[in-house]
Amino acid sequence: MSSDEKVYELDYNKMNNQKSQTNNEKNERKSVHIDQKRIDRRILINQISGKVFFSSTLFALLVLSILLYRIFSQSIGWLDLHFLTSKLSIFPEKAGIYGVIIGSLGLMAVVIPVTLVLGVSTAIYLEEYAGKSRVQNLIKVNISNLASVPSVIFGLLGLALFGRFFKLGSSILAGGLTLSLLVLPIVVVSSQEALKAVPGFLREASYAMGASKWTTIRKVVLPVAIPGILTGAILSISRAIGETAPLVVLGIPALLLKVPTNLMDDFTALPIQIYYWTLDTVLTPEYANLAAATIVVLLITLFLMNSIAIIIRNKSQKGF
Amino acid sequence: MENKIDVRNQIRNNIGKRKNNVDKIMPRFFLIMASVSVITTIGIVVTLITDAYHFFKEVSIFDFFSTKLSPLSANPSFGILPLINGTILSSLIAMLVAIPIGLTSAMYLSEFSSKRTRNFIKPILEVLAGIPTIVYGFFAYSFVTPLLMKLIPSLEAKNVLSPGIVMGIMIIPMVASLSEDAMKSVPNALREGAYGLGSTKLEVTTKVVLPAAISGIMASFVLAISRAIGETMIVAIASGSSKNFTFDITHSMQTMTGYIVEFTSGDAGSGTTGYYSLYAVGLLLFIFTFIMNIIAQYISKKFREEY
Amino acid sequence: MTNYENKIVYDVKGLNLWYGNDQALKDINIKINKNEVTAIIGPSGCGKSTFIKTLNRMIENIPGVRTTGEIMYHGINIFDKTMRVEELRTRVGMVFQKPNPFPKSIYENVLYGPKIHGVKDKQMLQEILETSLKSAALWDEVKDRLHDNAYGLSGGQQQRLCIARALAVQPDVILMDEPTSALDPIATAKIEELIDSLKSDYSISIVTHSMQQAGRISDKTAFFLMGELVEFGNTEMIFSNPRDKRTEDYITGRFG
Repeated sequence: MSSDEKVYELDYNKMNNQKSQTNNEKNERKSVHIDQKRIDRRILINQISGKVFFSSTLFALLVLSILLYRIFSQSIGWLDLHFLTSKLSIFPEKAGIYGVIIGSLGLMAVVIPVTLVLGVSTAIYLEEYAGKSRVQNLIKVNISNLASVPSVIFGLLGLALFGRFFKLGSSILAGGLTLSLLVLPIVVVSSQEALKAVPGFLREASYAMGASKWTTIRKVVLPVAIPGILTGAILSISRAIGETAPLVVLGIPALLLKVPTNLMDDFTALPIQIYYWTLDTVLTPEYANLAAATIVVLLITLFLMNSIAIIIRNKSQKGF
Repeated sequence: MENKIDVRNQIRNNIGKRKNNVDKIMPRFFLIMASVSVITTIGIVVTLITDAYHFFKEVSIFDFFSTKLSPLSANPSFGILPLINGTILSSLIAMLVAIPIGLTSAMYLSEFSSKRTRNFIKPILEVLAGIPTIVYGFFAYSFVTPLLMKLIPSLEAKNVLSPGIVMGIMIIPMVASLSEDAMKSVPNALREGAYGLGSTKLEVTTKVVLPAAISGIMASFVLAISRAIGETMIVAIASGSSKNFTFDITHSMQTMTGYIVEFTSGDAGSGTTGYYSLYAVGLLLFIFTFIMNIIAQYISKKFREEY
Repeated sequence: MTNYENKIVYDVKGLNLWYGNDQALKDINIKINKNEVTAIIGPSGCGKSTFIKTLNRMIENIPGVRTTGEIMYHGINIFDKTMRVEELRTRVGMVFQKPNPFPKSIYENVLYGPKIHGVKDKQMLQEILETSLKSAALWDEVKDRLHDNAYGLSGGQQQRLCIARALAVQPDVILMDEPTSALDPIATAKIEELIDSLKSDYSISIVTHSMQQAGRISDKTAFFLMGELVEFGNTEMIFSNPRDKRTEDYITGRFG
C-alpha cells in the first residue's frame, strides 16, 4: 500500500506545479483553472475506493474461513477411526463411511486410466499430428464447448448411454465412465499446454537424428511433458472426486449398500453421501455432523491431491 | 574404423528392416481417441433430442410452457415455467453477489494491489474455486439459511435466496480471475498516458482500463451466468422442490437442474413421460448454456480491442 | 546403397524452394565434396539456413514448403520416393544454432541415435559412446560424469555434446547451422578446431555469419544472396579475388 501512496503524492506535486504555472501565465492566456479542493476530493475518493476494493477482495477470504471453521467444528467428535472404518448405518453413532470411501476409490480406478488414455491421446493428436487442419479446429471448438456443458447434463448422457443402453445401471463403471467424459476437456486442455511447453528445438534435434515422429514423441516430447500432464490430470481427477450431480442423476440409491467388491457393483461415493445426509438432517439432526465429517474427509483428500500436483509442478522446473 | 563401419551397417540394416507400422498406426489411434470428445457431444445432443422428442409426443409445447408443474400427480402436468423462474431468480441473486464483488476484486488485484497481496489472495480464490459444489450446498443449507432467518424471520427453511447468495460466492473466483485477465491484458501505455495527465488510480481504472477491457469483462459475466444456470447441487439442497410459480425469494423454488436431480433420485421408470420430461428440461438447459457460451465467445471476439 | 568412395557427396541441380508463395531458393546448383569444409555465407534471410536444412530435408517440417529440382546424394535424389527421410538423416548429421541436448544424461544424449535405430549390444554402445565423445573432443571433460544431466554442461560443452550425438550414428556428412553463434570466443575456437579435425572423416557444410570464421575453417565458400547462389569456389579465391561485384561488396563489409 505504501508504494501506492507514493504515486498519489507524485501526482499531487505535479498538480501543484501545474497550478502555479497556470497562475503565472494567467495574464497571457486563458488557461484551465485547477481547483485544489477538487483534487483533494479526487484523491480521497481514490483512497477510499482502494480500501473498499481491498475489503471486497477479503470477502472471499472471510467466507472461506467461516466455511472451513463451520465444517471442521461440526465434524469434531464425529470424525474418528471408527467413522472411517465402519459401514453405513441409520444410527448416527454407528455410521461410518468405509464403503463410501471404497466407492470413491472405485470411481477413481475407472476415471484415472480412462481420462489419461483419452485425454493425453487427444492432446497428442491435436498438438503433434493434426496440424492446422479442419479436423483439429472441429475438435478444439468441440472441447471448449464440452467444457461448459453443465455437469448434470453429463448425468443425463450417462443415464441414457451407460445406465440404460449399455445396461451398466448405477454401477461404479457407469459412474466412472460418466465422470471421465465430464473431466475429459480439462485433461485435454492441460495436456495440450504441457505438450506446447516442450521446446521445438528438442523435437528438431530428434528428427535430425533420423527419429520418426512417434519415436520423437515417445522418447523426447512425452518425458519432458509428463510432469505438466500429471499436474493437470491430478487437478481434473480431484474435480471428479467432488462431483455429485451426474452421479445422482445416474440413480445411485440412497440405501445402506454393501461395500462394493467390483466395478459392476452399486455404490455410493463421498459427495453423494454428503448429499443424502444433508437432505435427511430434517429427520435426524445428527446427520449434519456426519455430512460435515464426510466433507472434511473429502476436503483433506482434495487438499492432498492438490499438494501433490504442486510438488510435481515445482520439482519439474527444467533448465532450458 | 572397423567398428565404425560395423555400427553404420547395423544402423542401416535396422532401418531397412524396420517396418513403419507403428508410425502409421499411432496417429490413427490418437485420432480415434480424439474423436471420443466429438462423439460425446453428439451423444449428448442425440440423447437429449430423441428423449425430448418422446416427451413432446405426449405433452404439447403449449402445456410445456405453462405454469402448472405436478409431474407425480395422478394426472401429471409438465409446465416448465416455474423451473425457468426458479433458475432465473437464483441466477439473478448469484449475479448480484458475484458481479460486484468479483469485479471489484479483479480491479483491486489488477490495478491496486501490491505483488505480495496478489500472491496471497490469488491462491485463496483458487481454493475457493476448487471446493466441490456439494460443500457449498451444505454450507448454504446449514449455515447461510439459519443466519438469514435471523434477519428475515419469514424465510422458509428451503428458499431461493440463500442458495442464490452461496452460488454467487462460488462464482466470485471465476468472475474475478477472468476479469482480471482481461484487465491485465490492457497495455501499460494506456495507463501511463492517463497517469501522466494526473489521474488517480481509480480514474485510470474506471475510465481507461475498464473500457479497454470491457469485452473480456462482459464475457466473464456471461460465462458466470451460464455457470449459475447449470449449477445443480447448491440449489438441489438449499432451495427445495416447491413447484409453485412465485417471485417471492424467501420461498422454496425448484430450478431446472434441481428438477432433474430430484426426479432421477426419485423413481422415474424408463419410458414414462416423467422420465422423458428430464430430457426435455435437460435439452432446454443445454440450449440455454450453449447460447450463453456462444454469446461469450462472440463478445470476446467481436469487441476485442486493437491496441 | 551406393559407392561411398565417390568424391562428390552432394550434387544439387536446379533446386528451387518456396514457403507458400515466397521463393526462398532460386535455381541452386552446387557440388559438395568429401573431406572438405564448405562454408555458406550471406546476409540474414538470404536462404543459407533454408539451403542447409534442405540437404537433410529438415525443411519439410515447416508447413507449406515446396521444392523442385534435384539433390543427388551419392547419386540418389533425396526427394526420391525410395529415399526414406529417417535413413537420410542417419547419414547426414546436423548441428544447430543453439545447443539443443535432450534433458537427459550425457550418456543418453550420445546414444540416442544408435538406440532408436536398434543398436542393443552393450559393448558396442560403450564403444560408440567413447569414440563419439573423443571425436568431439569432449571425452576427457565428461568421462567421470557420463550420467549427469546434459544441461549441467557449459554452452560450448553442450554444443560439442550435440556434435558427439550426431557422430554416434556414423554419418558421412555433418551440417552445421551457425554452430558457434551462441558461444563465447574460447568455446568457438574449440569448435573450429574440432571442425578441422573432423574434416578427414566427414564432409562438413557450415552456415556462418562470420566471414572470418569462413576464412579460417573452410575449403570452399558459397555466397548466397536473396535466395540465389551468387558465387561458389575455393575460399581463398572468393576472399581474395571474387568474380562477382556483390560478393566483393559483401566480404568487404559494404552491406549485410
